[in-house]
Amino acid sequence: MAEKGVAQLWRKIKAIYTIQGDHCTTCDTYYFPPRVVCPQCRRKGQLEKYTFKGLGKIHTFAIVRQAPDTFKRQIPYIVAQVELDEGARLTAQIVNCDIEDVHIDMRVRSCFRKITEYGESGIIVYGYKFEPTMKVTGHE
Amino acid sequence: MSKRVAIIGVGMSKFGELWNKSLAEISLEAGMYAIFDAQVKGKDIDGLIIGNMSAGRFTGQEHLGAQAADWGGLGDLPAYSVEAACASGGAAVRQAYMAILSGEHDIMLVLGTEKMSDVNQSMAMDTISVASDWEWEGMFGATFPALYAFMARRHMMEYGTTEEQMSLVTVKNHKNAVHNPWAQFQKPVPLEVVMKSGLLADPIRVLHSSPISDGAAGLVMCSAERAKEFTDTPVYIEASSQASDTLALHDRADICSMNAVVSSSRNALKVAGLAIKDIDVFELHDSFTISEIIITEDIGIVKKGEGGKAIEEGLTEIDGKSPVNASGGLKARGHPIGATGVAQIVELALQLRGDAEKRQVDGVEKAMSVNIGGTGATSIVHVLGR
Repeated sequence: MAEKGVAQLWRKIKAIYTIQGDHCTTCDTYYFPPRVVCPQCRRKGQLEKYTFKGLGKIHTFAIVRQAPDTFKRQIPYIVAQVELDEGARLTAQIVNCDIEDVHIDMRVRSCFRKITEYGESGIIVYGYKFEPTMKVTGHE
Repeated sequence: MSKRVAIIGVGMSKFGELWNKSLAEISLEAGMYAIFDAQVKGKDIDGLIIGNMSAGRFTGQEHLGAQAADWGGLGDLPAYSVEAACASGGAAVRQAYMAILSGEHDIMLVLGTEKMSDVNQSMAMDTISVASDWEWEGMFGATFPALYAFMARRHMMEYGTTEEQMSLVTVKNHKNAVHNPWAQFQKPVPLEVVMKSGLLADPIRVLHSSPISDGAAGLVMCSAERAKEFTDTPVYIEASSQASDTLALHDRADICSMNAVVSSSRNALKVAGLAIKDIDVFELHDSFTISEIIITEDIGIVKKGEGGKAIEEGLTEIDGKSPVNASGGLKARGHPIGATGVAQIVELALQLRGDAEKRQVDGVEKAMSVNIGGTGATSIVHVLGR
Protein backbone atom coordinates (compact mmCIF):
# COMPACT_ATOMS: atom_id res chain seq x y z
CA MET A 1 0.00 0.00 0.00
CA ALA A 2 1.24 3.38 -0.86
CA GLU A 3 0.42 5.98 1.75
CA LYS A 4 2.39 9.01 0.78
CA GLY A 5 -0.32 11.51 1.48
CA VAL A 6 -3.27 13.30 0.03
CA ALA A 7 -1.58 14.64 -3.11
CA GLN A 8 -1.07 11.15 -4.46
CA LEU A 9 -4.84 10.80 -4.62
CA TRP A 10 -5.78 14.39 -5.34
CA ARG A 11 -3.82 14.52 -8.59
CA LYS A 12 -5.85 11.70 -10.09
CA ILE A 13 -9.27 12.57 -8.73
CA LYS A 14 -10.69 13.28 -12.21
CA ALA A 15 -9.53 9.92 -13.48
CA ILE A 16 -10.91 7.84 -10.63
CA TYR A 17 -14.08 9.86 -9.94
CA THR A 18 -15.28 10.07 -13.53
CA ILE A 19 -13.28 7.34 -15.36
CA GLN A 20 -11.42 9.93 -17.37
CA GLY A 21 -8.68 8.56 -19.58
CA ASP A 22 -7.30 9.43 -22.98
CA HIS A 23 -8.12 8.88 -26.64
CA CYS A 24 -5.29 8.89 -29.17
CA THR A 25 -6.59 10.46 -32.36
CA THR A 26 -3.61 9.13 -34.32
CA CYS A 27 -4.29 5.43 -33.75
CA ASP A 28 -7.89 5.72 -32.44
CA THR A 29 -7.12 3.85 -29.23
CA TYR A 30 -8.77 4.60 -25.86
CA TYR A 31 -6.61 4.46 -22.76
CA PHE A 32 -7.52 3.96 -19.17
CA PRO A 33 -5.81 4.57 -16.77
CA PRO A 34 -4.68 7.88 -18.30
CA ARG A 35 -1.44 7.96 -20.24
CA VAL A 36 1.00 10.79 -20.77
CA VAL A 37 2.30 9.35 -24.04
CA CYS A 38 0.46 7.04 -26.43
CA PRO A 39 2.52 3.84 -26.06
CA GLN A 40 1.78 2.81 -29.64
CA CYS A 41 2.39 6.11 -31.47
CA ARG A 42 4.80 7.73 -29.00
CA ARG A 43 5.80 11.18 -30.39
CA LYS A 44 3.31 10.91 -33.25
CA GLY A 45 0.44 10.30 -30.84
CA GLN A 46 -2.23 12.91 -30.07
CA LEU A 47 -3.87 12.30 -26.73
CA GLU A 48 -7.16 13.96 -25.84
CA LYS A 49 -8.93 13.64 -22.51
CA TYR A 50 -11.87 11.28 -22.75
CA THR A 51 -14.52 10.42 -20.18
CA PHE A 52 -15.60 6.82 -20.56
CA LYS A 53 -19.30 5.96 -20.62
CA GLY A 54 -18.75 3.51 -17.80
CA LEU A 55 -20.30 0.51 -19.53
CA GLY A 56 -18.59 -2.75 -20.26
CA LYS A 57 -18.37 -6.44 -19.55
CA ILE A 58 -16.38 -8.64 -17.21
CA HIS A 59 -13.25 -10.02 -18.87
CA THR A 60 -12.15 -12.08 -15.86
CA PHE A 61 -12.70 -11.99 -12.11
CA ALA A 62 -11.62 -13.30 -8.73
CA ILE A 63 -13.34 -13.58 -5.39
CA VAL A 64 -10.98 -12.17 -2.81
CA ARG A 65 -11.09 -14.01 0.51
CA GLN A 66 -7.83 -12.85 2.05
CA ALA A 67 -6.94 -9.19 1.87
CA PRO A 68 -4.73 -6.67 3.61
CA ASP A 69 -6.24 -4.63 6.46
CA THR A 70 -7.47 -1.89 4.14
CA PHE A 71 -9.88 -4.34 2.48
CA LYS A 72 -10.39 -6.88 5.24
CA ARG A 73 -13.85 -5.59 6.20
CA GLN A 74 -15.12 -6.19 2.68
CA ILE A 75 -14.17 -9.86 2.21
CA PRO A 76 -15.35 -11.86 0.44
CA TYR A 77 -15.58 -9.41 -2.46
CA ILE A 78 -15.47 -9.65 -6.23
CA VAL A 79 -12.69 -7.93 -8.14
CA ALA A 80 -12.65 -8.03 -11.91
CA GLN A 81 -11.09 -6.80 -15.09
CA VAL A 82 -13.82 -4.85 -16.84
CA GLU A 83 -13.54 -4.38 -20.57
CA LEU A 84 -15.08 -0.99 -21.30
CA ASP A 85 -17.15 -0.64 -24.48
CA GLU A 86 -14.55 1.77 -25.89
CA GLY A 87 -11.92 -0.99 -25.67
CA ALA A 88 -9.79 -0.19 -22.62
CA ARG A 89 -9.74 -2.56 -19.68
CA LEU A 90 -9.53 -1.66 -16.00
CA THR A 91 -9.49 -3.39 -12.62
CA ALA A 92 -12.37 -2.73 -10.22
CA GLN A 93 -14.62 -4.28 -7.63
CA ILE A 94 -18.02 -5.61 -8.66
CA VAL A 95 -20.82 -4.70 -6.23
CA ASN A 96 -24.58 -5.35 -5.97
CA CYS A 97 -23.89 -8.85 -7.17
CA ASP A 98 -23.76 -12.13 -5.26
CA ILE A 99 -20.48 -13.97 -5.55
CA GLU A 100 -22.35 -16.97 -6.99
CA ASP A 101 -23.83 -14.87 -9.81
CA VAL A 102 -20.77 -13.17 -11.29
CA HIS A 103 -19.55 -14.57 -14.59
CA ILE A 104 -17.27 -13.76 -17.51
CA ASP A 105 -18.99 -11.51 -20.12
CA MET A 106 -21.50 -10.18 -17.57
CA ARG A 107 -22.62 -6.64 -18.55
CA VAL A 108 -21.70 -4.07 -15.94
CA ARG A 109 -21.91 -0.32 -15.42
CA SER A 110 -19.87 1.96 -13.24
CA CYS A 111 -21.01 3.37 -9.94
CA PHE A 112 -19.39 5.83 -7.53
CA ARG A 113 -18.31 4.26 -4.27
CA LYS A 114 -15.90 4.51 -1.39
CA ILE A 115 -12.97 2.29 -2.30
CA THR A 116 -10.91 2.22 0.89
CA GLU A 117 -9.19 4.26 3.55
CA TYR A 118 -5.47 4.35 3.70
CA GLY A 119 -2.45 5.64 5.52
CA GLU A 120 -2.16 6.61 9.15
CA SER A 121 -4.36 9.64 8.54
CA GLY A 122 -7.11 7.45 7.08
CA ILE A 123 -7.43 9.20 3.74
CA ILE A 124 -10.70 8.12 2.14
CA VAL A 125 -10.48 7.00 -1.45
CA TYR A 126 -13.60 7.36 -3.58
CA GLY A 127 -13.83 6.10 -7.12
CA TYR A 128 -15.37 3.58 -9.47
CA LYS A 129 -16.77 0.17 -8.77
CA PHE A 130 -19.04 -1.68 -11.20
CA GLU A 131 -22.43 -3.32 -10.83
CA PRO A 132 -24.55 -5.52 -13.09
CA THR A 133 -26.60 -3.49 -15.58
CA MET A 134 -30.35 -3.57 -15.20
CA LYS A 135 -32.95 -3.42 -17.95
CA VAL A 136 -34.93 -0.72 -16.13
CA THR A 137 -32.09 1.77 -16.41
CA GLY A 138 -31.79 1.22 -20.12
CA HIS A 139 -28.18 0.15 -19.90
CA GLU A 140 -28.65 -3.39 -21.14
CA MET B 1 36.47 -8.23 -23.06
CA SER B 2 35.56 -11.70 -22.08
CA LYS B 3 33.69 -13.99 -24.42
CA ARG B 4 31.98 -16.13 -21.85
CA VAL B 5 30.97 -15.98 -18.22
CA ALA B 6 31.27 -18.83 -15.74
CA ILE B 7 29.65 -19.62 -12.41
CA ILE B 8 32.33 -21.01 -10.11
CA GLY B 9 30.59 -21.06 -6.75
CA VAL B 10 27.10 -21.34 -5.32
CA GLY B 11 25.67 -20.85 -1.84
CA MET B 12 22.32 -20.72 -0.11
CA SER B 13 20.91 -19.83 3.26
CA LYS B 14 18.08 -21.99 4.49
CA PHE B 15 14.73 -20.71 3.13
CA GLY B 16 11.86 -20.31 5.56
CA GLU B 17 10.68 -18.16 8.43
CA LEU B 18 14.06 -17.35 9.95
CA TRP B 19 13.01 -15.43 13.05
CA ASN B 20 16.47 -15.54 14.60
CA LYS B 21 18.32 -14.05 11.63
CA SER B 22 18.39 -10.59 10.07
CA LEU B 23 18.47 -9.69 6.40
CA ALA B 24 22.20 -8.92 6.63
CA GLU B 25 22.90 -12.26 8.33
CA ILE B 26 21.15 -14.42 5.74
CA SER B 27 22.79 -12.49 2.90
CA LEU B 28 26.17 -12.98 4.51
CA GLU B 29 25.51 -16.70 4.95
CA ALA B 30 24.66 -17.28 1.27
CA GLY B 31 27.58 -15.14 0.15
CA MET B 32 30.11 -16.92 2.36
CA TYR B 33 28.97 -20.36 1.21
CA ALA B 34 29.29 -19.24 -2.41
CA ILE B 35 32.79 -17.89 -1.79
CA PHE B 36 33.87 -21.06 0.01
CA ASP B 37 32.39 -23.19 -2.76
CA ALA B 38 34.30 -21.19 -5.40
CA GLN B 39 37.50 -21.37 -3.38
CA VAL B 40 38.22 -17.74 -4.12
CA LYS B 41 39.48 -15.33 -1.51
CA GLY B 42 37.50 -12.31 -0.42
CA LYS B 43 40.15 -10.04 -1.88
CA ASP B 44 39.76 -11.64 -5.33
CA ILE B 45 36.22 -10.34 -5.61
CA ASP B 46 36.04 -6.97 -7.35
CA GLY B 47 32.31 -6.25 -7.40
CA LEU B 48 29.08 -7.16 -5.63
CA ILE B 49 25.52 -7.04 -6.95
CA ILE B 50 22.54 -7.86 -4.78
CA GLY B 51 19.04 -8.60 -6.04
CA ASN B 52 16.33 -7.38 -3.70
CA MET B 53 12.79 -6.16 -4.18
CA SER B 54 11.70 -4.33 -1.11
CA ALA B 55 13.99 -4.38 1.90
CA GLY B 56 12.93 -0.81 2.61
CA ARG B 57 9.34 -1.90 3.17
CA PHE B 58 10.01 -5.33 4.65
CA THR B 59 12.78 -4.36 7.07
CA GLY B 60 13.24 -0.59 6.91
CA GLN B 61 16.76 -0.88 5.47
CA GLU B 62 17.94 -0.02 1.96
CA HIS B 63 21.49 0.49 0.64
CA LEU B 64 22.05 -3.27 0.76
CA GLY B 65 25.13 -3.31 -1.47
CA ALA B 66 27.24 -1.31 0.94
CA GLN B 67 25.80 -3.26 3.88
CA ALA B 68 26.71 -6.63 2.35
CA ALA B 69 30.24 -5.50 1.48
CA ASP B 70 30.64 -4.13 4.98
CA TRP B 71 29.37 -7.26 6.75
CA GLY B 72 31.43 -9.52 4.52
CA GLY B 73 34.60 -7.53 5.11
CA LEU B 74 34.98 -7.18 1.36
CA GLY B 75 36.56 -3.76 1.59
CA ASP B 76 35.89 -0.89 -0.78
CA LEU B 77 34.66 -2.82 -3.80
CA PRO B 78 31.71 -1.38 -5.78
CA ALA B 79 28.45 -2.82 -4.43
CA TYR B 80 24.81 -2.07 -5.22
CA SER B 81 21.37 -3.64 -5.37
CA VAL B 82 19.06 -4.04 -8.36
CA GLU B 83 15.28 -4.27 -8.34
CA ALA B 84 12.85 -5.82 -10.81
CA ALA B 85 10.16 -7.03 -8.38
CA CYS B 86 10.15 -10.85 -8.20
CA ALA B 87 12.77 -10.89 -10.98
CA SER B 88 15.29 -8.89 -8.92
CA GLY B 89 17.50 -11.97 -8.45
CA GLY B 90 17.56 -12.74 -12.16
CA ALA B 91 18.35 -9.07 -12.80
CA ALA B 92 21.34 -9.27 -10.43
CA VAL B 93 22.70 -12.32 -12.27
CA ARG B 94 22.24 -10.57 -15.59
CA GLN B 95 23.94 -7.38 -14.37
CA ALA B 96 26.97 -9.35 -13.24
CA TYR B 97 26.99 -11.31 -16.49
CA MET B 98 27.12 -8.07 -18.48
CA ALA B 99 29.68 -6.45 -16.18
CA ILE B 100 32.05 -9.42 -16.59
CA LEU B 101 31.45 -9.68 -20.35
CA SER B 102 32.30 -6.00 -20.70
CA GLY B 103 35.63 -6.54 -18.98
CA GLU B 104 34.86 -3.99 -16.28
CA HIS B 105 34.71 -6.65 -13.59
CA ASP B 106 36.67 -9.83 -13.17
CA ILE B 107 35.24 -11.87 -10.30
CA MET B 108 31.90 -10.89 -8.85
CA LEU B 109 29.72 -11.94 -5.96
CA VAL B 110 26.01 -12.02 -6.83
CA LEU B 111 23.47 -12.20 -4.06
CA GLY B 112 19.70 -12.35 -3.96
CA THR B 113 17.97 -11.70 -0.68
CA GLU B 114 14.65 -10.95 0.98
CA LYS B 115 13.50 -10.88 4.58
CA MET B 116 9.69 -10.97 4.57
CA SER B 117 8.82 -12.25 8.04
CA ASP B 118 9.69 -9.06 9.93
CA VAL B 119 6.30 -7.56 9.00
CA ASN B 120 2.81 -8.91 9.65
CA GLN B 121 0.81 -10.68 6.97
CA SER B 122 -1.22 -7.61 6.02
CA MET B 123 1.90 -5.51 5.49
CA ALA B 124 3.53 -8.37 3.58
CA MET B 125 0.52 -8.61 1.24
CA ASP B 126 0.61 -4.84 0.70
CA THR B 127 4.30 -4.94 -0.11
CA ILE B 128 3.98 -7.87 -2.51
CA SER B 129 1.25 -6.01 -4.40
CA VAL B 130 3.58 -3.13 -5.24
CA ALA B 131 5.07 -5.55 -7.80
CA SER B 132 1.87 -5.08 -9.80
CA ASP B 133 0.47 -1.71 -10.90
CA TRP B 134 -0.36 -0.64 -7.38
CA GLU B 135 -2.16 2.59 -8.19
CA TRP B 136 -4.56 0.98 -10.66
CA GLU B 137 -4.79 -2.64 -9.51
CA GLY B 138 -3.82 -2.98 -5.84
CA MET B 139 -5.53 0.19 -4.68
CA PHE B 140 -8.83 -1.05 -6.13
CA GLY B 141 -8.70 -4.25 -4.11
CA ALA B 142 -6.91 -6.58 -6.53
CA THR B 143 -4.53 -8.49 -4.29
CA PHE B 144 -1.56 -10.25 -5.90
CA PRO B 145 -3.30 -13.67 -5.74
CA ALA B 146 -6.39 -12.05 -7.32
CA LEU B 147 -4.33 -11.00 -10.35
CA TYR B 148 -3.12 -14.58 -10.83
CA ALA B 149 -6.71 -15.72 -10.29
CA PHE B 150 -7.62 -13.45 -13.24
CA MET B 151 -5.17 -15.39 -15.41
CA ALA B 152 -6.23 -18.75 -14.01
CA ARG B 153 -9.92 -18.13 -14.64
CA ARG B 154 -9.35 -17.11 -18.27
CA HIS B 155 -6.98 -20.06 -18.78
CA MET B 156 -9.62 -22.40 -17.39
CA MET B 157 -12.27 -20.91 -19.67
CA GLU B 158 -10.21 -20.78 -22.85
CA TYR B 159 -8.25 -24.03 -22.54
CA GLY B 160 -10.16 -26.16 -20.05
CA THR B 161 -7.38 -26.08 -17.46
CA THR B 162 -8.67 -27.52 -14.18
CA GLU B 163 -8.23 -26.85 -10.48
CA GLU B 164 -6.85 -30.36 -10.20
CA GLN B 165 -4.12 -29.61 -12.75
CA MET B 166 -3.16 -26.45 -10.86
CA SER B 167 -3.02 -28.56 -7.69
CA LEU B 168 -0.85 -31.24 -9.31
CA VAL B 169 1.86 -28.62 -9.82
CA THR B 170 1.92 -28.15 -6.04
CA VAL B 171 2.07 -31.91 -5.45
CA LYS B 172 5.01 -32.26 -7.87
CA ASN B 173 7.00 -29.34 -6.48
CA HIS B 174 6.52 -30.41 -2.87
CA LYS B 175 7.60 -33.93 -3.78
CA ASN B 176 10.79 -32.55 -5.33
CA ALA B 177 11.53 -30.28 -2.36
CA VAL B 178 11.71 -33.25 0.00
CA HIS B 179 15.27 -33.72 -1.28
CA ASN B 180 16.25 -30.05 -1.20
CA PRO B 181 17.99 -29.29 2.12
CA TRP B 182 17.39 -25.51 1.75
CA ALA B 183 13.67 -25.79 0.96
CA GLN B 184 11.09 -24.15 3.21
CA PHE B 185 8.74 -27.15 2.92
CA GLN B 186 10.64 -30.43 2.78
CA LYS B 187 7.51 -32.48 2.84
CA PRO B 188 5.07 -33.92 0.33
CA VAL B 189 1.48 -32.75 0.21
CA PRO B 190 -1.34 -34.95 -1.08
CA LEU B 191 -3.63 -33.76 -3.88
CA GLU B 192 -6.76 -33.82 -1.68
CA VAL B 193 -5.11 -31.49 0.83
CA VAL B 194 -4.18 -29.00 -1.90
CA MET B 195 -7.70 -29.13 -3.35
CA LYS B 196 -9.26 -28.45 0.04
CA SER B 197 -6.82 -25.76 1.23
CA GLY B 198 -8.24 -22.32 1.97
CA LEU B 199 -9.14 -19.98 -0.85
CA LEU B 200 -7.04 -16.83 -1.25
CA ALA B 201 -8.85 -15.53 -4.33
CA ASP B 202 -11.01 -18.06 -6.20
CA PRO B 203 -9.89 -20.18 -7.93
CA ILE B 204 -6.49 -19.79 -6.26
CA ARG B 205 -5.94 -21.55 -2.95
CA VAL B 206 -3.27 -21.17 -0.29
CA LEU B 207 -1.47 -24.26 -1.56
CA HIS B 208 -1.40 -22.91 -5.12
CA SER B 209 0.63 -19.98 -3.86
CA SER B 210 4.28 -19.59 -2.97
CA PRO B 211 4.79 -18.76 0.71
CA ILE B 212 6.13 -15.74 2.55
CA SER B 213 9.80 -16.54 3.10
CA ASP B 214 13.15 -15.31 4.29
CA GLY B 215 16.24 -16.42 2.45
CA ALA B 216 19.28 -15.58 0.40
CA ALA B 217 21.21 -17.18 -2.43
CA GLY B 218 24.66 -16.43 -3.78
CA LEU B 219 26.88 -17.03 -6.79
CA VAL B 220 30.48 -16.30 -7.61
CA MET B 221 30.85 -15.47 -11.28
CA CYS B 222 33.94 -14.78 -13.37
CA SER B 223 35.21 -14.78 -16.92
CA ALA B 224 35.45 -18.25 -18.47
CA GLU B 225 39.17 -17.69 -19.01
CA ARG B 226 39.79 -17.56 -15.28
CA ALA B 227 37.25 -20.18 -14.17
CA LYS B 228 39.66 -23.11 -14.35
CA GLU B 229 41.95 -21.44 -11.82
CA PHE B 230 39.31 -22.07 -9.20
CA THR B 231 37.24 -25.11 -10.18
CA ASP B 232 37.18 -28.20 -12.36
CA THR B 233 33.44 -27.96 -12.78
CA PRO B 234 32.58 -24.47 -13.97
CA VAL B 235 29.11 -23.85 -15.31
CA TYR B 236 28.70 -21.41 -18.18
CA ILE B 237 26.02 -18.85 -18.91
CA GLU B 238 25.14 -19.56 -22.53
CA ALA B 239 22.58 -16.79 -22.79
CA SER B 240 20.93 -14.09 -20.71
CA SER B 241 17.84 -12.39 -22.03
CA GLN B 242 15.35 -9.95 -20.58
CA ALA B 243 12.07 -8.45 -21.79
CA SER B 244 9.27 -6.25 -20.46
CA ASP B 245 5.49 -6.07 -20.80
CA THR B 246 2.81 -3.69 -19.53
CA LEU B 247 2.99 -3.18 -15.78
CA ALA B 248 -0.75 -3.72 -15.33
CA LEU B 249 -2.26 -7.04 -16.28
CA HIS B 250 -5.42 -5.31 -17.60
CA ASP B 251 -3.41 -3.64 -20.37
CA ARG B 252 -2.60 -6.96 -22.09
CA ALA B 253 -4.70 -8.29 -24.95
CA ASP B 254 -4.19 -11.91 -23.88
CA ILE B 255 -3.75 -12.63 -20.17
CA CYS B 256 -3.27 -16.38 -20.72
CA SER B 257 0.20 -15.74 -22.08
CA MET B 258 3.15 -13.66 -20.91
CA ASN B 259 4.64 -11.89 -23.92
CA ALA B 260 7.83 -11.02 -22.09
CA VAL B 261 8.42 -14.70 -21.33
CA VAL B 262 7.76 -15.66 -24.95
CA SER B 263 10.22 -13.12 -26.36
CA SER B 264 12.97 -13.47 -23.74
CA SER B 265 12.97 -17.28 -23.92
CA ARG B 266 12.98 -17.30 -27.72
CA ASN B 267 15.85 -14.84 -27.73
CA ALA B 268 17.84 -16.77 -25.13
CA LEU B 269 17.52 -19.99 -27.13
CA LYS B 270 18.58 -18.19 -30.28
CA VAL B 271 21.67 -16.73 -28.62
CA ALA B 272 22.58 -20.13 -27.15
CA GLY B 273 21.96 -21.80 -30.51
CA LEU B 274 19.57 -24.28 -28.93
CA ALA B 275 16.00 -25.49 -29.28
CA ILE B 276 13.69 -25.98 -26.31
CA LYS B 277 14.01 -29.76 -26.64
CA ASP B 278 17.76 -29.44 -26.00
CA ILE B 279 17.11 -28.21 -22.46
CA ASP B 280 17.41 -30.98 -19.88
CA VAL B 281 16.10 -29.23 -16.76
CA PHE B 282 14.10 -26.08 -16.03
CA GLU B 283 13.55 -23.73 -13.12
CA LEU B 284 10.30 -21.90 -13.91
CA HIS B 285 8.72 -19.14 -11.83
CA ASP B 286 5.82 -20.82 -10.01
CA SER B 287 4.86 -17.97 -7.68
CA PHE B 288 1.40 -19.42 -8.28
CA THR B 289 0.95 -22.82 -9.86
CA ILE B 290 -0.95 -21.30 -12.79
CA SER B 291 2.20 -19.37 -13.70
CA GLU B 292 4.20 -22.61 -14.01
CA ILE B 293 1.50 -23.89 -16.36
CA ILE B 294 1.51 -20.67 -18.42
CA ILE B 295 5.32 -20.48 -18.60
CA THR B 296 5.56 -24.16 -19.63
CA GLU B 297 3.47 -23.15 -22.65
CA ASP B 298 5.09 -19.79 -23.32
CA ILE B 299 8.63 -21.15 -23.56
CA GLY B 300 7.42 -23.89 -25.89
CA ILE B 301 7.73 -27.08 -23.83
CA VAL B 302 4.13 -27.65 -24.89
CA LYS B 303 1.66 -25.74 -27.08
CA LYS B 304 -0.50 -22.95 -25.67
CA GLY B 305 -3.31 -24.47 -23.64
CA GLU B 306 -1.60 -27.80 -23.01
CA GLY B 307 0.28 -26.88 -19.84
CA GLY B 308 -2.37 -28.42 -17.62
CA LYS B 309 -2.31 -31.66 -19.55
CA ALA B 310 1.51 -31.72 -19.39
CA ILE B 311 1.50 -31.79 -15.61
CA GLU B 312 -1.19 -34.47 -15.60
CA GLU B 313 0.88 -36.66 -17.91
CA GLY B 314 4.04 -36.26 -15.86
CA LEU B 315 6.00 -34.49 -18.59
CA THR B 316 7.52 -32.05 -16.10
CA GLU B 317 8.25 -34.55 -13.32
CA ILE B 318 11.87 -35.01 -12.28
CA ASP B 319 12.03 -38.20 -14.39
CA GLY B 320 9.85 -36.77 -17.16
CA LYS B 321 10.91 -35.51 -20.55
CA SER B 322 11.17 -31.86 -19.42
CA PRO B 323 11.77 -31.73 -15.66
CA VAL B 324 10.53 -28.48 -14.12
CA ASN B 325 11.51 -27.26 -10.65
CA ALA B 326 13.52 -30.18 -9.36
CA SER B 327 14.34 -27.84 -6.47
CA GLY B 328 10.72 -27.60 -5.40
CA GLY B 329 10.30 -24.27 -7.16
CA LEU B 330 9.00 -21.14 -5.50
CA LYS B 331 6.06 -23.10 -4.13
CA ALA B 332 8.05 -25.48 -1.93
CA ARG B 333 11.61 -24.11 -1.81
CA GLY B 334 10.07 -20.81 -0.73
CA HIS B 335 9.95 -17.40 -2.39
CA PRO B 336 12.05 -14.78 -0.62
CA ILE B 337 11.35 -12.44 -3.50
CA GLY B 338 14.77 -11.01 -4.35
CA ALA B 339 16.52 -14.34 -3.67
CA THR B 340 14.44 -16.45 -6.04
CA GLY B 341 16.14 -15.58 -9.34
CA VAL B 342 19.56 -16.36 -7.85
CA ALA B 343 18.32 -19.55 -6.14
CA GLN B 344 17.08 -20.79 -9.53
CA ILE B 345 20.59 -20.41 -10.94
CA VAL B 346 22.11 -22.10 -7.87
CA GLU B 347 19.86 -25.12 -8.46
CA LEU B 348 20.66 -25.30 -12.17
CA ALA B 349 24.41 -24.99 -11.50
CA LEU B 350 24.18 -27.90 -9.04
CA GLN B 351 22.21 -29.94 -11.59
CA LEU B 352 24.85 -29.23 -14.26
CA ARG B 353 27.68 -30.13 -11.91
CA GLY B 354 25.94 -33.36 -10.90
CA ASP B 355 25.79 -32.13 -7.30
CA ALA B 356 22.00 -32.12 -6.85
CA GLU B 357 22.06 -35.34 -4.85
CA LYS B 358 18.70 -37.09 -4.57
CA ARG B 359 16.94 -34.59 -6.83
CA GLN B 360 19.57 -34.92 -9.58
CA VAL B 361 18.17 -35.16 -13.10
CA ASP B 362 20.09 -37.62 -15.26
CA GLY B 363 22.61 -36.34 -17.81
CA VAL B 364 22.04 -32.58 -17.59
CA GLU B 365 23.94 -30.71 -20.31
CA LYS B 366 21.77 -27.59 -20.71
CA ALA B 367 19.45 -25.85 -18.31
CA MET B 368 17.05 -22.90 -18.37
CA SER B 369 15.64 -20.54 -15.76
CA VAL B 370 12.66 -18.22 -16.16
CA ASN B 371 12.33 -15.55 -13.49
CA ILE B 372 9.40 -13.15 -13.82
CA GLY B 373 8.50 -9.94 -12.05
CA GLY B 374 4.98 -8.89 -11.05
CA THR B 375 2.42 -10.54 -13.28
CA GLY B 376 4.97 -10.98 -16.07
CA ALA B 377 5.91 -7.34 -16.67
CA THR B 378 9.54 -8.45 -16.46
CA SER B 379 10.94 -11.75 -17.65
CA ILE B 380 14.56 -12.77 -17.29
CA VAL B 381 15.73 -16.00 -18.88
CA HIS B 382 19.11 -17.66 -18.45
CA VAL B 383 20.42 -20.64 -20.35
CA LEU B 384 23.27 -22.49 -18.68
CA GLY B 385 25.58 -25.22 -19.90
CA ARG B 386 28.54 -27.27 -18.79
